[in-house]
Amino acid sequence: MTLPTVTTDEVDPTRLRWRRPRLRFGRWSAPLGIAGAAVALIWVLVAIFAPLIEPHDPLAQNLPILQAPGQGTFMGTDELGRDVFSRVLSGASVTIPLSLLLVVMSVLIGAVLGAIAGFFGRWVDELIMRITDLVMAFPTVILAMVIAAALGASLFNAVLAALIVSWPSYARLTRGLVLGLRQSNYVVSGQLLGFSALKSLWRDIAPNILGPILVLASLDIGTAILLLSGLSFLGLGAKPPTAEWGSMVSDAVQNFDSWWLGLFPGLAILTVVVAFNFIGDALRDALDPKSNTLRGGGLTL
Amino acid sequence: MRVGKPPRAARTAHPFLRYAVRRVITSILLVIGVTLVTFVLTNLVPGDPVAAALGQRAAEDPAIVAHFRAEYGLDQPLVVQYFTYLGNLLHGNLGVSTTTHNPVASDLAQALPATLEIAIGAIVLSVIIGVVLGTVAAYRRGKVSDHVLRVVSLAGLSVPTFWLALVLYYFFYFKLHIAPGSGRLDSDFNVPHTVTGLYTVDALLAGQLDTFFDALSHLFLPVLVLTLYTVGLLTRFVRTAVLEILDQDYVRAARAKGLPARTVVWSYVLRGASIPVLTVVGLAFGSLLSGTVLVESIFSWPGIGSYAYQAASHLDLPGVMGVGLLIGVMYLLVNLVVDLLYGVLDPRVRIA
Repeated sequence: MTLPTVTTDEVDPTRLRWRRPRLRFGRWSAPLGIAGAAVALIWVLVAIFAPLIEPHDPLAQNLPILQAPGQGTFMGTDELGRDVFSRVLSGASVTIPLSLLLVVMSVLIGAVLGAIAGFFGRWVDELIMRITDLVMAFPTVILAMVIAAALGASLFNAVLAALIVSWPSYARLTRGLVLGLRQSNYVVSGQLLGFSALKSLWRDIAPNILGPILVLASLDIGTAILLLSGLSFLGLGAKPPTAEWGSMVSDAVQNFDSWWLGLFPGLAILTVVVAFNFIGDALRDALDPKSNTLRGGGLTL
Repeated sequence: MRVGKPPRAARTAHPFLRYAVRRVITSILLVIGVTLVTFVLTNLVPGDPVAAALGQRAAEDPAIVAHFRAEYGLDQPLVVQYFTYLGNLLHGNLGVSTTTHNPVASDLAQALPATLEIAIGAIVLSVIIGVVLGTVAAYRRGKVSDHVLRVVSLAGLSVPTFWLALVLYYFFYFKLHIAPGSGRLDSDFNVPHTVTGLYTVDALLAGQLDTFFDALSHLFLPVLVLTLYTVGLLTRFVRTAVLEILDQDYVRAARAKGLPARTVVWSYVLRGASIPVLTVVGLAFGSLLSGTVLVESIFSWPGIGSYAYQAASHLDLPGVMGVGLLIGVMYLLVNLVVDLLYGVLDPRVRIA
């Protein structure tokens, strides 16, 4: 990935503030990003207001069992007589906040460790980077599965497992960015002015590396949702009777004839993940115009 | 640290050999790290293995517990236990599954060919499709087809694989009866004589064409699901890689001197893009292995994915650790091979 260039030499170190990166959206990515943001917003609202808009109690087993959609309920009922529509809505309030929390936590942990590694170098760098190597030596779902199985099946442990596997990519990215800026004139001159390491990192470096990190984070929300629902699908996340999308799909395998049991929770996952990925993609485009727009060389021949 | 010229021996040694040795050593260290991870996870987590293995009643009898702990070496310090564990691993002993009550190693050995069959199929297909689509997208950058491909590949990356498997199975098998049902072969076919464990290859070797076609038709859906996911990833990477190559002077020169477009694509662009693409293939292999864990159970495909699903849902720790270890090591191996090929393809890598 190419990173936005920072014009290091023209910046007066004493006056450097967080400059909003200039966003340049491509002709097509902007509408996609906006559409993604709209869908994501709807899902976030659903997650917040789920208890108010559910037509039925998602846990109550008081409807006719395995009723097809349209026969009294919007998305049918499951094998225990619960309303699938209400459970899909309720699933949003389980998965979406946890995934957002997961991404925020891994950004924080990864960025802090990566900044430390890149700024201080030497053995600290060596230690942190070897740990990231080790975690990244596994395919993420596999390592998360192994950790979640060892910790025991619960939603909390699934999030913990996902956190353990997802911080290293931020640590690597941050370290690379910090290393790139570490020797630049304005950081060095800041230090000559007597800035402490913390102040250097916070005032001179952080504002200039925030963009790429946020792009990675926005692209990661979808991955987090897929990871958490995948763990639940494996039986390592949400416990019954919690309405969680992955475990709903997993339960649907038992009643194959009743297609609505698996279709709707899966569509819920798909739409949320697509929405967040469109946002992330548009952001990446805007921050890194070289990768997509017509400008910047390329097919000029 | 001594500064100056590197020792003479190191300079004269074959650069590729040095590069290869360094990569192999790193990989061995990572494998050891991987075993450390699985060991720590099996041992330092809440949950008493004694109670789990003996059951509640026996676990309350101190004599039985002491005997059990001594028998399995649980009374030894952790470091000793780790080396015992490593020794066991070297002998192919991964413990006994608490669900199947078989040694995990033999379970996995039996399941692995089934997974390899779909994984190889999926990786070959997705590399072909991904390279074609990615190149097209790069060449048509900014045009409608580029954006369509971008949306499609993003959507492909956003689909939960386990759900896609279920949906395709429902349509192609349950509703339309186009695809065969679950498993690797229909019940009226006999398993071909085992040579490789890959049914398609074995059937061909045995000259049983009808068995071959049946095995092939059973591969269709699982391979399709895994391919759809990986293609999204590959298309995007190939596009970026090709775009970067298109920007190079030598490609510009090739075009300027009027070489046919086909020659430029094959001999200049794709050749230059092969290195970054190779890396992604290694990474995609990891997502593929993760995919099988989530997908196989739906097709009742008796590979390590189904095994992992079964082990995970029964909290069978030896089973889960065994799968984790196997996949971790396979992933490292594939990426080692990728890195070595990298060195073959690009001389600059050897020196770095």
